[in-house]
Amino acid sequence: MGVLKAIHRAASVWTSPASPEDYLQIINPLASARQLRGVVTEVRRHGARSATISFRPGRGWEPHLAGQWARVGVEINGVRQWRSYSLSAAQGHDPEITVTAIGRVSRHLVEHTKTADVLFLAPPQGEFILPTGPRPLLMITAGSGITPVMSMLRTLIPRRPDADVVLIHSARNEDDALFIDELRTMDRQYAGLTVVIHFTGNNGRIDFSNASAVETVCPDWRSRKAYVCGPTELLDDTEKLWANAGLPQGLQVERFAPALLAPSDTDGGTITFAKSDKEAVCDGSTPILEVGEEAGVIMPSGCRMGICRTCLTPLVSGQVRDLRTGEIHADEGELIQTCITAAVGPVHLEV
Amino acid sequence: MTITNASVIERRTAIYDDTQKKRTGVLPTEGGAHTRPKAAAHLTDEQVNELGRELDAIRASVLAERGADDAAYIRKVIKVARTCDLAGRTALIFGKHKPMFLLGIAGVSMGKVLENMEIGHNVLHGQWDWMRDPDIHSTTWEWDFVAPARGWQHTHNDLHHTYTNVMGKDRDVGYNILRISDEQPWQKRDIFNPIVNAFLAPTFEWGIASYDLEWDQVQTGAKSREQFDKDLEALKAKAVRQVLKDYIATPLVATLTGSGKWSLAGMIGGNMVRNVWAHSVIFCGHFPDEVDVFTEDVLDGETRGDWYIRQMLGSANLSGSPLFHILTGNLSHQIEHHLFPDLPSNRYIEVAPKVREICDRYNLHYTTGPLGTQLAQTWKKIAKLSLPDEFWERHESGKPGKWQVLRDAWKGRTTPKTA
Repeated sequence: MGVLKAIHRAASVWTSPASPEDYLQIINPLASARQLRGVVTEVRRHGARSATISFRPGRGWEPHLAGQWARVGVEINGVRQWRSYSLSAAQGHDPEITVTAIGRVSRHLVEHTKTADVLFLAPPQGEFILPTGPRPLLMITAGSGITPVMSMLRTLIPRRPDADVVLIHSARNEDDALFIDELRTMDRQYAGLTVVIHFTGNNGRIDFSNASAVETVCPDWRSRKAYVCGPTELLDDTEKLWANAGLPQGLQVERFAPALLAPSDTDGGTITFAKSDKEAVCDGSTPILEVGEEAGVIMPSGCRMGICRTCLTPLVSGQVRDLRTGEIHADEGELIQTCITAAVGPVHLEV
Repeated sequence: MTITNASVIERRTAIYDDTQKKRTGVLPTEGGAHTRPKAAAHLTDEQVNELGRELDAIRASVLAERGADDAAYIRKVIKVARTCDLAGRTALIFGKHKPMFLLGIAGVSMGKVLENMEIGHNVLHGQWDWMRDPDIHSTTWEWDFVAPARGWQHTHNDLHHTYTNVMGKDRDVGYNILRISDEQPWQKRDIFNPIVNAFLAPTFEWGIASYDLEWDQVQTGAKSREQFDKDLEALKAKAVRQVLKDYIATPLVATLTGSGKWSLAGMIGGNMVRNVWAHSVIFCGHFPDEVDVFTEDVLDGETRGDWYIRQMLGSANLSGSPLFHILTGNLSHQIEHHLFPDLPSNRYIEVAPKVREICDRYNLHYTTGPLGTQLAQTWKKIAKLSLPDEFWERHESGKPGKWQVLRDAWKGRTTPKTA
């Protein structure tokens, strides 16, 4: 490593102000000093609507823990778009994601990804991971909420003869259920795993608002460490159930969709300036730069009319509108021009 | 997206007084400027607003079409520029052989011209930010040019582009060391105008770097000493790396083949070619005949349409082939660039006929011509402005005593024309 670093430093004397990776890019599309990338090693399609994509990440990736997720970027019509996916492969293996074609990025991944394609990546993250010591577990999942749990089962079950896991998984029907064959095989093969699959298409949803459904399948649910991942309703119901049972610590929840407020007719809102620890309320036509300066926040600024881009500021969350074009910007981490954008609902900025 | 915010925070927070603060946001699309430039005085407020809407529509149509082809274009240019640079420097390692020496200079010049003009200048304008690729972004790009990118963005993107050709506001006008408009009062040092310019051309990157420090602004108190020191530190660090790379490290490798001296000469030559080229193209952007300069009062009540008009009247294009446009970084489309500084440069060529049609319809001048003509006009102007205006008035009207004017001006006995 020390030698590589020395070579890198020496090479950067010749490539300055660019990095050696920038020059390596001429021949190797994976090379980048700023952006982690991965190359697709295999694409397995399950029907028309979903696919499992395996990839080999470049330097800078940290091996994932079972249950973690990573941000994956693709380029759609020239623009880098990001979305987060659970890594469904067992810990210690090359990462893979299982994607259902809902939404622009997922559809692009399912329909267009081929072996040897380049994906843009951010290192794995997330606290939805296995407990450190051996414990009986209960997993409740629905739809694609099975993906992080799949990684946990693949990691834990084959290696631990003493594992004791109950999985309650809901899917619309047999065709829509991800990993269903593998789950059934594992259920037969390992005594420590009980898989209960519920098809909501025929039988309706399981009601998790009271204990009876869980009680029937898993009578000792109170003594198990529970994990839940799926649609918001499921998460809310189970959270309430565990809280009412006096076990709020016993449940680990994974939420995917952050609550995004729909833009209202009366735009504007509260802008939170995270670094400056300030807040300001504003209407939908005052540029954010002006709102910030009024509130005493030191904001980068330049031409004040949207041409010089000195004022670019990362959007942590929320939505802003370009006052020239009406275009809405709402992507986490996107750099916005504060001198010509106004808040649409609550906005968090990193200044 | 994962663009780190470090560079954003490092950026300068400009100090504006209250009158400038009012400008924040989008320029109005209704009403009209208090005073219009002479060349646009025949237009009514309604006509100016309509012109603004027409140019907005051109901008919107490019935004709607922007996509994968544009992204592929800029990536290709970057690849070509880096390949040329690498090939050029490799050739110079064997520079004692004449063909290799020539190939080396050609490669280095081409690499640097593309990197500075079609890539660096345009990326630093944020023209490619929409791709959200941190490798090609206005907050991360550092160019192969002595002037540090962040400081240049301030003087160029912000000051020059906001106050295009407004005397006293656009500090590009005159570059502080030249007299480039008869609105600037003649001073003794202006005698050296052509010599200064001739010296500036081959050392252009150093000129820009020192200009970006804005020493004169420190003296007037508009820029803090602290900011100046910071900018100077950044320049020193960048200059050391540039000198180390081009004039020390590369020739050092070439000594292995006995080509050290040739390599050094080639690198100096390559940088000079780039500098003279950039200087020529850039001086043709705002200084040929027929290009207007403005007084500060045009800024009062300026609407979007008025702003567009100022950009059109204050800029000049160069005509030529598509390859020529790429080599100028599309600054041959200076007018379109000033109207839409953040649209991808490869789109200016298709926008230009529409802009020209609008200029014709509204009876506004659209200055363009071949490089040779524009450059000759620019140099002639710089030479002419080295002497007081009265000298030329007497000369042209055939009045005797023109040398007397110069002698008096030199001794400070007459007051030369002032703005």
